[in-house]
Amino acid sequence: MDGVEGTGVGASVPRREDDRYMRGRGQYIGDIKLAGMKDVAFLRSPVAHGHIRAVDIPDALRSKVTIAADMVGVKAIRAVTALPGFKVSEQPALADGKVRYVGELLAMCVAGDRAEAEDIAQAIAVDFDELPAVHDMLQAREADAPLLHEQWGDNVFLESVVDDPNFDTVAEKATVHIMREFRTARQCMAPLEGRGVVAQWDNRLEQLVVYSATQMPHIVRTGLSDCLGIDHGKIRVIAPDVGGGFGYKGILLPEEVAICWLAMQVRHPVRWLEDRREQLSANANCREHHYVVTAHADSTGRLIALEAKAHVDSGAYSAYPFSACLEAAQVGSILPGPYDFEGFRCTTWSSATNKPPILPYRGVARTGVCFALELMIDAIAREVGREPHEVRQLNLVPASAMPFDNITAKHFDSGDYPECLRRAVEAIDVPGIRARQAKGEADGRLIGVGLSIFCEQGAHGTSVYSGWGIPMVPGHEQCSARLTPDGELELRIGAHSHGQGLETTLAQVANEVLGIDIDAVKLVHGDTQYTPYSTGTWGSRCMVMSGGAVARACQAIGERAARIGATLLQTDVESVQIENGNVVAPGGTVSLAEIARVWYLKPQDLPPDVDPAGLEVTVGYKPDRDTGTFSYAAHAALVAVDPELGHVEILDYAIVEDGGVLVNPMIVDGQVSGGTAQGIGTALYEEMPFDAQGQPLASTLADYLLPGPVEVPDVRILHMETPSPYTEFGQKGIGESGAIGPPAAIGNAINDALKELGVEVDALPITPRRLLALIQAAAT
Amino acid sequence: MKPVAFDYERPASLEDAIALLSGAGARVLAGGQSLGPMLNLRLAQPELLVDITYIPELKTAERQGDGLWLGACVTHAEIEDGAVPDVTNGALAFVAGGIAYRAVRNRGTVGGSLAHADPAADWVTCLSALGADAVIAGPSGERRVPVSEFLSGAFETALEVGEILRGVWIPTLSSAASWGYYKFCRKAGDFAEAIGAVLQDPERGIVRTVLGATNARPIVIDGAYGDESVRASIDSQGGDMDAYDRQVHFVTAKRAAMIAGVRVA
Repeated sequence: MDGVEGTGVGASVPRREDDRYMRGRGQYIGDIKLAGMKDVAFLRSPVAHGHIRAVDIPDALRSKVTIAADMVGVKAIRAVTALPGFKVSEQPALADGKVRYVGELLAMCVAGDRAEAEDIAQAIAVDFDELPAVHDMLQAREADAPLLHEQWGDNVFLESVVDDPNFDTVAEKATVHIMREFRTARQCMAPLEGRGVVAQWDNRLEQLVVYSATQMPHIVRTGLSDCLGIDHGKIRVIAPDVGGGFGYKGILLPEEVAICWLAMQVRHPVRWLEDRREQLSANANCREHHYVVTAHADSTGRLIALEAKAHVDSGAYSAYPFSACLEAAQVGSILPGPYDFEGFRCTTWSSATNKPPILPYRGVARTGVCFALELMIDAIAREVGREPHEVRQLNLVPASAMPFDNITAKHFDSGDYPECLRRAVEAIDVPGIRARQAKGEADGRLIGVGLSIFCEQGAHGTSVYSGWGIPMVPGHEQCSARLTPDGELELRIGAHSHGQGLETTLAQVANEVLGIDIDAVKLVHGDTQYTPYSTGTWGSRCMVMSGGAVARACQAIGERAARIGATLLQTDVESVQIENGNVVAPGGTVSLAEIARVWYLKPQDLPPDVDPAGLEVTVGYKPDRDTGTFSYAAHAALVAVDPELGHVEILDYAIVEDGGVLVNPMIVDGQVSGGTAQGIGTALYEEMPFDAQGQPLASTLADYLLPGPVEVPDVRILHMETPSPYTEFGQKGIGESGAIGPPAAIGNAINDALKELGVEVDALPITPRRLLALIQAAAT
Repeated sequence: MKPVAFDYERPASLEDAIALLSGAGARVLAGGQSLGPMLNLRLAQPELLVDITYIPELKTAERQGDGLWLGACVTHAEIEDGAVPDVTNGALAFVAGGIAYRAVRNRGTVGGSLAHADPAADWVTCLSALGADAVIAGPSGERRVPVSEFLSGAFETALEVGEILRGVWIPTLSSAASWGYYKFCRKAGDFAEAIGAVLQDPERGIVRTVLGATNARPIVIDGAYGDESVRASIDSQGGDMDAYDRQVHFVTAKRAAMIAGVRVA
């Protein structure tokens, strides 16, 4: 999408940071080399559940090995919530007495290089009393299931209930009752760059300097402060260029705590670089849900009530800071989707299992919820004999109802959901596909069309997160802005880019407010020493929150500059305005650069009573309402299914997307495309299976399939623009959207293709093995 | 993951290579496309790697008698690009072009693929269908084994300690011969779920169906193609194949037969 002219809000400005990325000059953790730096390799548990009986370290290596007993005074990671009934897990940096998943850290080995550190790890022998494993979220709740955290008495982090005393009365009005069971696979986030930490104790500053591949440097600092028991001021976290995150890099890892502790003990920098095997089998786990959903509708397909029982496989520990319950709490509140109906109830369980902790991944619970809900809508449509898009139109919240408070008190800020769906139906050409289906395919494949529509809450703030009470509740977002003597504008924010292009988009915001050349704007981020506190980059919040803060800071800088400029122009401040990087009065113009030069270098040219506040501000921002923006999208997929092999090819894919005012439409298109590729992975390829002993069965990218260029079609993205009434420019968070819709749209398309065979998919990813089993079961 | 420490030798002759391999803990390194990851994962922990890619005779590709000689270190890319003579009516180049990704094909070798003995690899199935021989050199001289018998199991071969796969000899197809090769992968470049390969060479009196990407050596069915004989072979030789494996192997064989023109749709 081209966007508007210029370099302000709405322009598709090429990304300024891409010059260094494309030339291979980005600086990631792996590029940092400090004098005397040594490498760490971790010995990880080979068993999923067991007591550690003995750790045998050869005497000659003992000084190079750290085990839990060595880390005196270091606290376990505790990611609590305020939700009633939540049970706390203690996640030690190194396993202490008991291991609860394969890959849990047992020992930290340090050496001159990684290979030697791995040699040391290989020389350590650990003896376990093995326990039976909890390998599945439903098994976890069985009466005789082994207990991960014995003091709990069960394996449930949290049971949460959304109930309605009138539910049964409402549901009785329905004539169509449909129940379905769905499962989504455990997945692994796969950013190009893995996690990594370099840490060093600075004797002069008495400060731990931590370089970490994180999207939330301030939260890492807070978490480290808690675990290590040292003040925030003694910790500086630097996040250099970050090669993708998707949520994974918002987590405080036990590895980070261990490495930082080690740096405080030794007189040299230490480094840990995660390899792909560690990432896949032990760390970046996400997404695993199970649903039993019942929909109650009338004979036209109008949804009357919806009820669900949902499980989330939360793994062994509550991950910091999002906790083990973020997914399940989301499920209960977002399952109604973009629809309006009368009755809703939902119970969710966050099960503890002998697997790595579940982490939030782009879309968080929405991808699974959208899959479950949207397949239900198609099931209703089949039951009542109508086109799925007609049934959706009956149930969507209409534009006339906006802003709309839905059945779970979500406040939809603006939008036209029915129009979005109508355009998606038109873009994929449903009538044309119906005609093509009637003729059949020459190659014997079966084609089908599928839709999904959803909304994405983004940039939600204090009022939403305080109820959950996790260690991190977002408040006001701040920006520090400073005009330098050369007239450059430095913007300092506490959020951090892990690929979003904030160096470009926030400069566009500054250009919009001050007219300053974007090349004169420098973004300082990724360093707790130089930036205001922030919860960081997550929840599709940066363009709303940091964008809003930058705008407000630029306005404040403009006011300060206007007062000085008016003095220089020998007029009063009411007579001047900011235009194109200048302070303009009827009788003359002075540039921001000249104002800055005078302020810093020639103060003698200013009158003695000049406002002494200067050209540096820190301003906080929160939208008029902090319940979040709701971007939304409709996805439409055309697929061909090979009924003999179970192979699925995506023939066409169209998205109609409304993210409000887009600050940089080109970047948004990139976000949507990348997210869609991930959603296609969820739909068809990505799965981290575990066996009954809790062993991960995929540990390389040969086993864990990611979609590649051949598998991701040329996605057609169409835009609508309904501004949010609550944000600075009408922008909405949209960073996760692409990853939400594909499993539902593709699942519905496959069901449409196989309708005559009586096949309905019930689990992700939809692999040839699963699909052939369904086809064969339907035939017998 | 990083490999354990190992020694590395790059001999210039086959004799030197064989001598180096007589020691314990020695392994052959060719293109490194399978061994490399195994080293990094520490699944392989050799004491010595013998890099054979600088041995000139292992890089040769030439017509020899009524067939084609391919040295073990000829790369998939060289076959794909037509840099070697074609005696298979295009079959070798077609199959080479479908192996993994171009980056793998640039370095991966035909001999390395066979000796690694992953049942899901292309060459063991393709060359079994073509009736090729594996030519093995060792301390006690040279011997030949049909490629269809070269695998003794998954990741196990007929190679004895100290032996090197020198190359393969592929018989020339007659001009009237036809072939079909159908590989089913979950995604482009992935390891195969199933491979069907069918050769029909009337002048040489050959019709052969090969089912590859099994759990062990490929299933070879000589004689006229028939759906029922394929199913029967899967039943008798398919080992622990489940319903899915049986289905996809049957379908890939059937489709290869249709491409080769020995079965109608």
